[in-house]
Amino acid sequence: MLLNQFLILSAVLFSIGVYGVLARRNGVLVLMSIELILNAVNINLVAFGAFRASVGGEVFALFIIAVAAAEVGVGLAMVLLLYRNRRSIDLTLIDQLRG
Amino acid sequence: MSMLAAVADMDRLTSGEALVAQNVAFAVMAITMIASALRMVTTRNVVHAALYLVIVLSGVAGIFILLGAEFVGVTQVMVYIGAIVVLFLFGIMLTKGSFGEDDGVSGERRLMAGLVGLLVFGVMTAALVDSFADAELAREAPSTTAEIADSIFSAYIVPFEAVSVLLLAALIGAIVVARRD
Amino acid sequence: MNTLFTLAAAATGDGLALGITEGGSWLLRNVWLIPLLPALSFIGILFFGKKMPRGGSELGIAAVGIAFVLALLTGVAWIDHRDNFHGDEVHVAVIQMDDHGAAHGDDHGAGHEPGHPSLAVHRTATWFQTNGVEFTVGTLVDGLAVMMLLVVTLVSLLVHVYSTDYVHGDRRYTHFFAFLSLFSASMLLLVVSENTLQLLCAWELVGVCSFALIGHWWEEKPNSDAALKAFLTNRVGDMGLLVGVTVLFFAAGSALPDRFGSFSIAETNALANSGALSHTTLVVAASCLMAAVMSKSGQFFLHTWLPDAMAGPTPVSALIHAATMVVAGVFMIARMYGVFFEGFQIGGSSINLMAFIGGLTTIVGALLAFVQRDIKKVLAYSTISQLGYMVLALGVGAWTAAVFHLFTHAFFKACLFLGSGSVSHAVHSFDMKSDMGGLRRHMPHTYRTFMIGTVALAGLPPLAGFWSKDEILVGTGGWGLMGGTGGNGAYTLMLGMGMLTAALTAAYMTRCVYLTFFGEFRGHGEPHESGPRITGPLWILAGLAIVAGFFNMPKGFQLAPGSLQERFGHFVEPVAGYFPAISHATPSWSLAIVSTLVVISGITASGWYYFVKVEAASKAAGTSLTELPDGPTTKYPLARMGHTLLSNKYYLDHFYNGVVADGTKGPLARMANRINQDVIDRTVDVVGETAVKAGTVVYEKIDQLVVDGAVNASGRGSSGAGEELRKINSGKVQSYAAILFAAATVLAGILIVLV
Repeated sequence: MLLNQFLILSAVLFSIGVYGVLARRNGVLVLMSIELILNAVNINLVAFGAFRASVGGEVFALFIIAVAAAEVGVGLAMVLLLYRNRRSIDLTLIDQLRG
Repeated sequence: MSMLAAVADMDRLTSGEALVAQNVAFAVMAITMIASALRMVTTRNVVHAALYLVIVLSGVAGIFILLGAEFVGVTQVMVYIGAIVVLFLFGIMLTKGSFGEDDGVSGERRLMAGLVGLLVFGVMTAALVDSFADAELAREAPSTTAEIADSIFSAYIVPFEAVSVLLLAALIGAIVVARRD
Repeated sequence: MNTLFTLAAAATGDGLALGITEGGSWLLRNVWLIPLLPALSFIGILFFGKKMPRGGSELGIAAVGIAFVLALLTGVAWIDHRDNFHGDEVHVAVIQMDDHGAAHGDDHGAGHEPGHPSLAVHRTATWFQTNGVEFTVGTLVDGLAVMMLLVVTLVSLLVHVYSTDYVHGDRRYTHFFAFLSLFSASMLLLVVSENTLQLLCAWELVGVCSFALIGHWWEEKPNSDAALKAFLTNRVGDMGLLVGVTVLFFAAGSALPDRFGSFSIAETNALANSGALSHTTLVVAASCLMAAVMSKSGQFFLHTWLPDAMAGPTPVSALIHAATMVVAGVFMIARMYGVFFEGFQIGGSSINLMAFIGGLTTIVGALLAFVQRDIKKVLAYSTISQLGYMVLALGVGAWTAAVFHLFTHAFFKACLFLGSGSVSHAVHSFDMKSDMGGLRRHMPHTYRTFMIGTVALAGLPPLAGFWSKDEILVGTGGWGLMGGTGGNGAYTLMLGMGMLTAALTAAYMTRCVYLTFFGEFRGHGEPHESGPRITGPLWILAGLAIVAGFFNMPKGFQLAPGSLQERFGHFVEPVAGYFPAISHATPSWSLAIVSTLVVISGITASGWYYFVKVEAASKAAGTSLTELPDGPTTKYPLARMGHTLLSNKYYLDHFYNGVVADGTKGPLARMANRINQDVIDRTVDVVGETAVKAGTVVYEKIDQLVVDGAVNASGRGSSGAGEELRKINSGKVQSYAAILFAAATVLAGILIVLV
């Protein structure tokens, strides 16, 4: 198998994730898209691990899974807080940073 | 002409067949994943999006197994599909306003996001094709769980501890952020 | 592998001698039991404390009590070990030692008294290893560690007993004792640390405990603010510690063959002493570590958290912010003295960063203590000042004097803090001016112990403070003219700073005592003496404040038998290996007499103001006054001018406003005013007129035409650019993210094309 077929699959998923983060208004959906990005990175890591015949890629993929779990926990807590304060999780309504 | 040669022949033959099978499996999974991912970021129903996410995540687990990373694949299924997606579903339910329909996006935003996505994809693909034109994966036996465990608890012990502290901090942070007081 | 390697080197006797041994008696090798006890008690109180009949305090007292007994036994074992141990010294191979380094090392052995080598007892275990680099955890027991163990366990025990009364009925009683235990464990771990990584962990742990205990009553906003301020200010210094430790780790690794790095304190110090580490490295490391000392030990200008930390319960202030945690910085300098001594080139110099910061702090702290209404803040600034004394002493090379001052200060300052707690317990306030006065009749025990503590702090013979303060003054080596000799250089400036502080200390403590215990009671209700669980610890500490000074009679002191001279220095100061070759100053009678006269003059000046003038004014007015109604600032123009001049110069404005505005009301300014009126007044006038003339020229020619024009042009330019950029700044997070992604991708693309 070629290395590139995995890397390009990962690039496609990454780009779709970027699209989701930028385009969707729902906070939960944005978080899901971030998960997509993290998974694309994981594919990269494992693929390079297989390419270099090293176990390091897998180890770091595991670390990223743990980090992703933490990220979802904090992210959803933030979305909940947002919902509690505004009764909405529409990110386009949050524009208090407007200059 | 000995047994050994015959065995070696057989081996090459089977590995060649396996390679074809692997490529087919890869193609099926890749297409499913890309299609699901696209549906996920475009569907109006948030619960459907979560279910599409499950498909993508399962596909990623399959890719891991294809790459010989069985332990990571299994962890992917357990942690992502078992825990994180359930967490997402809870998140969707707890934010009742978002249940069901998401109003979708305006054309301008979609265009902007699509352009940025395409730009990211283009640059990455160009770089990949440029660097790893037809590099083959080193074909070896799949890595065992014991190997991973050994290296986590020797070479990567410090990152491991850092991740454990991070998880603790995130746990406390999530409680502090989300509690009612 | 680490241990094996050093042991192999020890067998051959080659390489650099570290001054440590792997042998020693059971007690000295198992000193880890002492921090373990309070750590266990922390867990016990946390999980079972609320179910215990006395809310967990009995467990804490038992654990710290046993730890104290163990520390005493360890002390006895050390006294035996110091003179009678004959064992193998650990050597470590180094990459290369130039002639200078080797010669230095030889000198070093000969420079100390001959006889027994006084090896520190070293014991390690593997903590973790990663990629072949092993990290150890262990204990390094020498006189310094043993002394700290004794001080920490004793003060902690007394504070535990005191607290059972002081925080009685508090809603977080159990929580309080749990954290006291955790603090004791962390502090004990810190003082026995064998390597800097372990020291760093313990350092952070005591910081966390300090945070939790300052904010014990966090429902009130000032308390939680104070806790945060203490924590955040300490973070600043902790960054320095982290960087310094890392620098030393790699520096030691480069000097040791087959080693990636070394956190070991003994190895690092020995390498620094031998000249195997470059001077640049040592300056950088010592400066970084100095930042940590400045925050933890409240040195100027990171001292501001310490007075605020008085928001915590008083026993906490006594334990953490007087006797133990704040001296962690001083302890760290004493521990890493090889690095500091070489890094700041203390020997043969006349000024260095550490001595200067210490000297500045000691004066700044003492001045600030004058203007406080809150009795605990007086003591807090006094602590800052005394910590400055210790840092000053270390900065001039008077190692033993600094450590001895740490030892005596722990007792009399803890006594004063607990005394102030007893007072506030009776009058339910810390405000000396509005709620105290005349308490000597109501609280005889507190009054007497507080007086003992005050005299000890002021430094009158024969109480504890006198001996340690005098040793520091001697150690500056600045007393060359009247019989004082030796020392590591001629730190005359530091001698002056120390003398000034001695006078100031005596004066502000006189003020504090007058406002608290003399005059008439100004508060409400009927104050009463505290119970035996409060006065008991007070008397024990007062007793130690009297006798602690006798542990280190100066060498050649004719009134004491020779066998009692310099006992403390003999047992506490390390010999050889990981300790630099410092030279000791010879004490002189003339200096002791002069410094005593200085103290007496401080007391007299302040006493004359308060006990004579204010008392008389009070009688005339018929109420108990705390200041004269017509102070110097209302009467003298110089006092006002000094105020204006200084307050514009410093960025910590409110502090200095406080010092100068109120400080000039004090008797010292009054005296100085009389002396200096003619000289300074005229000089300032001339300087002022010249400055005004020069300023006018600069304003008319340069400022108006050139600078103003440039400023206006740049203002218009940036305003226009801002209008344009404002359009991008929509406030929508996702637009920002889109720009971020696009920009990062474009940059990545450029990188790909270029490379």
